[in-house]
Amino acid sequence: MSSPCRRSVSLAVLAVLALAACDREEREPRGAPVGESGPQAIAQGSLYAGEPSPPDPRRQEYEGNAYHLAQGKQLYVWFNCNGCHSNGGGDIGPPLMDDTWIYGDSLENIFATIVQGRPNGMPSFRNKIPETQIWEIAAYVRSMSGQTPTAASPGRNDSLNAKPAEQRAPKAEPKQSNPGGPQVEGRQ
Amino acid sequence: MSPRDASPFIRRDGPALEEVETYARLERTWATPPGLWGWLSSVDHKQVGRRYIVTAFVFFLLAGLLALAMRMQLAGPEQTLLTPDRYNQIFTMHGTTMMFLFAVPVMEAFAIYLVPLMVGTRAIAFPRLNAFSYWVYLAGGVMLWVAFILNVGPDVGWFSYVPLAGPQFSPGKRTDFWAQMITFTEVAALAVAVEIIVTVFKQRAPGMSLNRIPLFVWGQLVTSFMVVFAMPAVMVSSSMLIMDRLIGTHFFNPAEGGDALLWQHLFWFFGHPEVYIIFLPATGFVSSILPTFARRPIFGYTALVLALVATGFLGFGLWVHHMFVTGLPHLGNSFYTAASMAIAVPSGIQIFCWLATLWDGRPRFATPLLFVIGFIVIFVLGGLSGIMLASVPIDSQVHDTYFVVAHFHYVLIGGAVFPLFGAVYYWFPKFTGRMLSERAGAWNFGLFFVGFNLAFFPMHILGLIGMPRRVYSYPAGLGWDDLNLLATAGATILAAGVLVFLGNVWHSLKYGLVADDNPWGAATLEWATTSPPPSFNFVHIPVVTGSNPLWEEPDGLPVVGGLRVDQRELLLTSVVDAEPEVREPSPEPSIWPLLSATAVTILFIGSIFTPWAVVWGSIPLAVGLIGWFWPKSAPDTPEPVID
Amino acid sequence: MTARLAAPSPSPAGRGRDPCAALGEAKLRLPPAQALLARKAWEGEGKVFPRNLALTLPLCGPLPLPPGAGEGAAPWRRAALALCPLALSACQGIQSALDPAGHQSGRIAGLWWLFLAVLAAIYALVLVLLLIAAFRSRRRRSLPPGPAFRPEEPTERRLTRGLTAWAVGTAAIVLTLTGFSYAVDRDILALGHRAELTIEVTAKQWWWQVKYDDPVPNRSFETANEIRLPVGVPVRVVLKSQDVIHSFWVPNLHGKTDLIPGRVNETVIVADREGRYRGQCAEFCGFQHANMALDVVAMPREQFDAWRESQLAPASAPSDDRSREGQRVFLTSACVMCHTVRGTTAASRVGPDLTHVAARPSLAAGTLPYSKGNLAGWIADPQRIKPGSQMPVVDLSADQLQSVLAYLDGLK
Repeated sequence: MSSPCRRSVSLAVLAVLALAACDREEREPRGAPVGESGPQAIAQGSLYAGEPSPPDPRRQEYEGNAYHLAQGKQLYVWFNCNGCHSNGGGDIGPPLMDDTWIYGDSLENIFATIVQGRPNGMPSFRNKIPETQIWEIAAYVRSMSGQTPTAASPGRNDSLNAKPAEQRAPKAEPKQSNPGGPQVEGRQ
Repeated sequence: MSPRDASPFIRRDGPALEEVETYARLERTWATPPGLWGWLSSVDHKQVGRRYIVTAFVFFLLAGLLALAMRMQLAGPEQTLLTPDRYNQIFTMHGTTMMFLFAVPVMEAFAIYLVPLMVGTRAIAFPRLNAFSYWVYLAGGVMLWVAFILNVGPDVGWFSYVPLAGPQFSPGKRTDFWAQMITFTEVAALAVAVEIIVTVFKQRAPGMSLNRIPLFVWGQLVTSFMVVFAMPAVMVSSSMLIMDRLIGTHFFNPAEGGDALLWQHLFWFFGHPEVYIIFLPATGFVSSILPTFARRPIFGYTALVLALVATGFLGFGLWVHHMFVTGLPHLGNSFYTAASMAIAVPSGIQIFCWLATLWDGRPRFATPLLFVIGFIVIFVLGGLSGIMLASVPIDSQVHDTYFVVAHFHYVLIGGAVFPLFGAVYYWFPKFTGRMLSERAGAWNFGLFFVGFNLAFFPMHILGLIGMPRRVYSYPAGLGWDDLNLLATAGATILAAGVLVFLGNVWHSLKYGLVADDNPWGAATLEWATTSPPPSFNFVHIPVVTGSNPLWEEPDGLPVVGGLRVDQRELLLTSVVDAEPEVREPSPEPSIWPLLSATAVTILFIGSIFTPWAVVWGSIPLAVGLIGWFWPKSAPDTPEPVID
Repeated sequence: MTARLAAPSPSPAGRGRDPCAALGEAKLRLPPAQALLARKAWEGEGKVFPRNLALTLPLCGPLPLPPGAGEGAAPWRRAALALCPLALSACQGIQSALDPAGHQSGRIAGLWWLFLAVLAAIYALVLVLLLIAAFRSRRRRSLPPGPAFRPEEPTERRLTRGLTAWAVGTAAIVLTLTGFSYAVDRDILALGHRAELTIEVTAKQWWWQVKYDDPVPNRSFETANEIRLPVGVPVRVVLKSQDVIHSFWVPNLHGKTDLIPGRVNETVIVADREGRYRGQCAEFCGFQHANMALDVVAMPREQFDAWRESQLAPASAPSDDRSREGQRVFLTSACVMCHTVRGTTAASRVGPDLTHVAARPSLAAGTLPYSKGNLAGWIADPQRIKPGSQMPVVDLSADQLQSVLAYLDGLK
């Protein structure tokens, strides 16, 4: 019971939504295939020979996906990331919800930071956390400063909420990161 | 001056104007303009009702396909046809579609089509609101299904318990689409409820005092009041859910002073009356079909009306029996046990009256009556297992198991879908002017009845031997395998019954016997006009002298005249005795309901993604409403009846 | 009385011989890759579980009564039993509300049979009335033809009297049943005052954390997906949830009670006879709601006390090189991020406590019966067995996997 005009409108809307929705709502509990170790294209500097390497395809898979972001949020607490970084505001470790990224702001950089550890306290979680889960945590870390699509970012938790949920976090434009090391004042 | 000469100056129907001329002028006044524009701006309750019915049946078929997918998955243990994620979406969509997009709308659809005919008026009250409600309903249903196809279908069950449906455990937008679909359909349902109440109270044919209203109309009236009181609860709770999810409120967050059980209370305060909102119109079908085919006035009219009203009140007092295992105080639970048991009394009275009508009548076993008999056989069993569920100890064992699945399918399919199919067979000639095939009808009934019982009876046992509901798979060896296989086989037969029905409708629309005005020899007013009825329903407003007007006046109903033939005009009567009071203009077709519905759709869908949609979306909505209510030049005020 | 679907052990390291392997192979319908999934038959203790009697028993001939059905059964209950052989044949099982093994489930089952008898009689009455109503008109041809006739006054009066009687009868029956229901409810609740033991069950997506409380703090311990209780002793179960709403349901012992975040609920269970029962989450809780089961083992007091002592002990130290290597892998890989093994540095509380995992009847919240082979399959690819569960796929080499298996299999 739908006129041709209405049908074509809904088809158009459907086509537009399809692009945005499918990735966001996928629930792939397995994550990326196992066996590939380590990100291949972590940018350590801002100078490239030739064209810069394309971003890791997993950026799309994890960052725009609501399920992975929610899992990352859960793991962030389970693996005690909040022990040092608090709810993103920082404590012993640097804050994760601001615009300053000591070791780079891309998903691959954060992944590498978690896997390799960083000087002055960030432990290496190599072999301690399966890769898929590290991608999830890294994607969640980016959602804290509003780097992920709002429609995919986590909402509030069923607990005491000290700050607005990630989906309402103001987007912090990352400052030029300094992949060489911690040279930003006051950041250890 | 002969009537013919004077006719151009006569503006009202009556003896002065010839029948043919009256008919032609009324047709000119009331007909919906042709073409796409006319189709989109139609406010004819019969057109809107037909659209509602067809749309609801499309959703019924879609949800039925989902049910088949589930039955395939559960045919054996450890099947991997569907992933848990897909299965969860499918069972949620099945329940949601059946409850919100099929069962309630289809009952309203029949009310929209039939109530104005049954009370003998030219149009439904607030016809533009009626058109608006259809567009809103269609938009909500299409939105949900498009979301489902895009893998954004809700996956938390049709009652979306928080915290599972809350922001933490249901990431993404899946649940938001569910919650907004609720808002869409409840806006539509509330609009229809208001129309029905006003139509029944103010537009009845002269002489149709309260004690002569057809039982179908009584059923729809009580239902509409239940809608008015129940639906706001679910709209409030779905809005609270979407606010929790989108803007971080804490209605259901225990850590910040919210409560997970609040959702259940609010939802079931709507959810249990919802069952009666579906069931009471179906009792109206039964009370319409039975006297016609038993060829005897219904026995116990007053008792049936009182039972309807009692059910309507009691229906609000037993929502907690959905929450017996949540750890509420036992004293409170006992109260709800008593209330749930008490509702067996009005239901029992209804069953008795129907049996008595059949008992004392001379039944003619046409397809509608077969479905009514099937209804009694199945619904009574569902009602009796409902008595088991009312007992706290028994409920604690069978709650959320397949026993409950069996129970509510017996109640809802038995109590609503069987009468509904009977109603389709019964009123199809009135809707389309053609009869459905009786032979195919018998096959339809047989397959449906056998398939239904094979599919759902084993589920009682499955629940008792431990199978919980909403499982995407189950281990072998718990004794569940064979019964599940049987249920799947039954579901297939049931589906075959539906296919026969579809074939029957398709074939009969083209080649069916042409129906006359009253093919079944029924007694109510909708059979007093042509099949299908003209756009203005009745050439002259009939006058009612008893509860079964067409039987009591076999030589033709008395009529009143005096309504305008060159303008849309209705006769309003008093609430109790239906004494004529005033003549009231009825609105012309308009595109504004569609435009307003589109604005509402934009607002609702937008607010899934950003709260600002409520602010910006209100602008097109305001434009739509201003256009809708823009003062007309034509006189728009009621006039007294001319004696 | 045999396992219906039992695959050959997926791993050569599989524990023990399956008594029904031949039958299992004959019935196996799944490709080898999923053989692991299919292996759900319960093993051990010579008590091979599934009593899959439904529809396999002939409907004539003597049928086994459900335990407890014979002794002291009221006449109505016997009648009810005789009425429904089909239901009866199917009602036995380790997860059946009609095979009661506890005081409460027994009372509830009795109440249910009572309701069934009464309601079945009413249903039969309605059907008989319907049949007569539909067909008696053949004898009424003398009535004038035509679609409408005025009902005769005496008939109306008779029917009205019938209606009154019917309404009063319905009310009386319903009132009586309500009374019985209240009585059983009271009786069940009274048991709570006699509880001697307290267990705290916390539901998580999708498993059960079970804590045995003791007034002496260091005599409390934790386990997972398994409740053991002494026969005849009422046990208070304190129910909490950490995430979403779940429902605690062991049908052979008692009805269900929800576990709701932000609330603490309580129930009491008691087992009147020894045995192993299966409980399952009964409130939809997400991806793996279907595979969130737990084992309840009722055992004699002495055995229970012995089990309790064994559970109090920290994990046994690995005895051979392979297990020692396994412990090292366990403590240096992802396992340690979520699991506790008391007596080691593994102390995370995200996943189930594994201190005595090898002594439990099943794995992954009742998804797989415990065997070394199943454990291997579970660790190697949990997302195939329980898609969406919180246990990730951990990238272990075959050698590491074997070592971890050797270690975990030693955690009796």
